[in-house]
Amino acid sequence: MTTSHPGSLLTAHDLRKAYGPTHALDGAEFSIHSGEVVAIMGPSGSGKSTLLHCLAGIVPPDSGSITYDGRELTKMSDAQRSALRRSEFGFVFQFGQLVPELTCVENVALPLRLNGASRKDAERTALGWMERLEVDDLKAKRPGEVSGGQGQRVAVARALVTGPRLLFADEPTGALDSLNGERVMELLTDAARSTNAAVVLVTHEARVAAYSDREIVVRDGKSRDVERAI
Amino acid sequence: MSIGHTLLGLLESGPRHGYDLKRAFDEKFGHDRPLHYGQVYSTMSRLLKHGLVEVDGIEAGGGPERKRYAITDAGITDVQRWLATPEKPEEYLQSTLYTKVVLALLTRRDAAEILDTQRAEHLRSMRILTDRKRKGDLADQLICDHALFHLEADLRWLELTAARLDKLSEAVTR
Repeated sequence: MTTSHPGSLLTAHDLRKAYGPTHALDGAEFSIHSGEVVAIMGPSGSGKSTLLHCLAGIVPPDSGSITYDGRELTKMSDAQRSALRRSEFGFVFQFGQLVPELTCVENVALPLRLNGASRKDAERTALGWMERLEVDDLKAKRPGEVSGGQGQRVAVARALVTGPRLLFADEPTGALDSLNGERVMELLTDAARSTNAAVVLVTHEARVAAYSDREIVVRDGKSRDVERAI
Repeated sequence: MSIGHTLLGLLESGPRHGYDLKRAFDEKFGHDRPLHYGQVYSTMSRLLKHGLVEVDGIEAGGGPERKRYAITDAGITDVQRWLATPEKPEEYLQSTLYTKVVLALLTRRDAAEILDTQRAEHLRSMRILTDRKRKGDLADQLICDHALFHLEADLRWLELTAARLDKLSEAVTR
């Protein structure tokens, strides 16, 4: 089991979450430091996505504690948790979940616009991130006009555009072929490490987990930290 | 595979004659490569010399004397250490892992722990290869990919075995 390390950015202790009779989490432990990439692994239905949703404040656990940067997530109001997610967290999901009506650069700029930035400033910053993710040539295209791998890189750029301290990635390469998946992982981890952002990476693929610094294994709702940080 | 450790593990359930040990080994792990009697007796002599087994009794009969062997405390510690040490990841090591998992189940140790430790060791190797791949040229990438795919296959076997531990436990302890 993971112990709460001093200086952790995010720590979870004894998380429990049930959906009816099913115990999705049954005493899960987790911790991550700034700049660290931690893979959450485990078979289908083991509770790894539930763990990610609890850690990100999307789903409240039934019991247990989640501490982010000294603040207890479970004691925050919904509005406070939403504000935290907008300002400090970034998200990448299996399918990019880009807004189809917007161009790619508008999609990447969207979180900045929602935080009140002007269109010009937001799109300039967005384009910088698109260059880093090697998709700046797609700025005027809509999501329906780009490939799955390109769309996922746009989604990574959108997740990083606000400078989050913590990035949650749920099977980010699950819908991609091997080559595209690896390139997305290279770009995602390089970008996160360059900004000292921590990455919580849910994956069932060992080749994807190999981009992490260490892994946490979830089985039957319990998580085990089987390797200390390198 | 370490025949010595495997025979020691088989002795944990109770003292046996060399012949019984060979039969148990062949049945559970021998598959198409059964042990020779000579291997059993030379291995037992070595284990005896190192204090990992002791002679529990000798039956005199018409033929040669039949020694019955029992594992010592030092032998149990040795088996425990072997089971807990992950194998160096390499191609086609499933037979050793399979032996470790079955022995753990037979001796009521935590087989899931062995699989988890091995998974961590495999991932450690995969991280090193992935890092080399990121920094290397195309030749490096292809060489690393070859190794990565083999390690990934091992990991898939580890996952499947972990998911089947309950059934395997029933089968091996029947």
